[in-house]
Amino acid sequence: MSQLPQPVAGRSLWQDAWRRLRHNRAALVAGGVLAVLLLAILVGPLFSPHAYDEIDFDGEWGAAPTLHDGHVFGTDSVGRDLFSRTLVGGRISLMVGIVSTLVSLLIGVAYGAIAGYYGGRLDQVMMRIVDVLYALPFMFFVILLMVLFGRHLLLIFVAIGAVNWLDMARIVRGQTLSLRRREFIDAAIVSGTPPGQIIRRHIVPNLMGVVVVYATLTIPQVILVESFLSFLGLGVQEPMTSWGALVNDGAREMEATIWPLLFPASFLAVTLLCFNFLGDGLRDALDPKDR
Amino acid sequence: MLRFAMRRLLASIPTLLVLITLAFFMMRLAPGGPFDKERSLLPEIEAAINSAYHLDEPLWQQYLRYMGGLLQGDLGPSFQYAGFSVSELIAQGFPVSLAIGLSSMVLALLVGGAAGIWAAMRQNRLGDWSVMTLSMAGISLPSYVIAPLMILLFAVTLHWLPAGGWEQGRYLDMLMPVLALALPQIAYIARLMRGSMIEVLRSNFIRTARAKGLPERRVILRHALKPAMMPILSFLGPTAAGVITGSVVIEQIFGIPGLGRYFVQAAINRDYTLVLGVVIFYGLLIVLFNFLVDLLYGALDPRVRVE
Repeated sequence: MSQLPQPVAGRSLWQDAWRRLRHNRAALVAGGVLAVLLLAILVGPLFSPHAYDEIDFDGEWGAAPTLHDGHVFGTDSVGRDLFSRTLVGGRISLMVGIVSTLVSLLIGVAYGAIAGYYGGRLDQVMMRIVDVLYALPFMFFVILLMVLFGRHLLLIFVAIGAVNWLDMARIVRGQTLSLRRREFIDAAIVSGTPPGQIIRRHIVPNLMGVVVVYATLTIPQVILVESFLSFLGLGVQEPMTSWGALVNDGAREMEATIWPLLFPASFLAVTLLCFNFLGDGLRDALDPKDR
Repeated sequence: MLRFAMRRLLASIPTLLVLITLAFFMMRLAPGGPFDKERSLLPEIEAAINSAYHLDEPLWQQYLRYMGGLLQGDLGPSFQYAGFSVSELIAQGFPVSLAIGLSSMVLALLVGGAAGIWAAMRQNRLGDWSVMTLSMAGISLPSYVIAPLMILLFAVTLHWLPAGGWEQGRYLDMLMPVLALALPQIAYIARLMRGSMIEVLRSNFIRTARAKGLPERRVILRHALKPAMMPILSFLGPTAAGVITGSVVIEQIFGIPGLGRYFVQAAINRDYTLVLGVVIFYGLLIVLFNFLVDLLYGALDPRVRVE
């Protein structure tokens, strides 16, 4: 019995990438752990009998983890529940990581795509500016910014995001330069599409692979920067907290009790580790020639 | 080579100008002045203080004055430590930071490089896998998490090392800070070294060297090492920047009287001139370091010079 050949289903870049990612066990596990962590951070504090900023006058201060009074991670040096604090601190840390990455993504993609698309003089000038900024010790500028203009959460987003866009701009520009030479861009130009629309409709969607990979690797960097600032006492204000701030508090009293250091530090380390593994896996999946 | 060096040197001038100008104006645009106290001063005293520090001049004049002083290496007086100039404070703190920073960079290069080569020679086997997993952990563990844990283990529990402090150049005091500072950099360099070594080991001249029957040790050290070092070399700039920023917290944790600790204290005390001075000094240092790396790069790889 003869069979008609089945129509060959096309495989998109994303399907290919997903197929490759599925075989990368480290990246899959990392993604799973991150999902669980995210869920815990979002809903966990709701189930805790103690709020993150509430001082438990009945309990022991700086207590070890125990199950019987609801302080499953113990309490900090002023008697606040460490479980709630760690999870709420995680909200801040992750939020800073994601929002700042988005800020840097927006600036970097726009900047890089424009420089790469127009090329020539404009590209040279724009990339020289990036080179100049690249050599600045940005960590110090972020510190300076926090010291001078106060410790506002919004400022952290903007400061870190505005600092991190340089890498993104360089990568996007390189990709755009090579996309620019492809036929479908010529076709778009010939059919009279205005440049802004070409960048938005034809260039940027084709950059998404690189952007996703790079964003995943930027998030842990940003979380590190935020926790660094918080560790110096320049991050979020009490009673709000973040993992960096908690690690700082924990380190100060670690000779008396280790839990206030250990819990936030492990949450921080596991999160960063997972983002790094996931980013590495995504890079292998989306950009196989880089292997 | 000289022309290459000149071109690179010229290229770093705009960076320095942007650095200094940005830092200066950021400081001046900030709300509040350095002498704001809870108790308001008599207007005459305030005016006297402002004129002593030239704060009553127009901004552009202050900027020119600052730049003029900078050209002579004068960073102005410290607002907090009365009687000390910022340059004096930097001269006091920097040698300590330099000792720690340089040691940890050398350590990171040696250990990271060796681990990377070792992993590359065992690609996709257990040794490679464990080095890479360890280095991933090293990247994910910030030094201010490692440092307290190290103190807890080596100082508080085992009593092997002093928990902190600084007695003129005692090596025991340096051990933990240097290690804590170097660990993340070791992890980065190991990953980088592994990648570039694997790539170099695939090239034709390595196949030739092996075909000649050279022992593997000689192939690696004599033929593959130099080309594989190039990406590491260009990573030295970011490494230096990382070590410098890392030293800010490490010096704080271990109570080391270096520049990083001054920086944090100055930031908290709002000693604007000292903060500004340290930012500019470190910026200069990083720019200078990048310039040296570029030179080294050009010296080792003639292709870079042509561009």
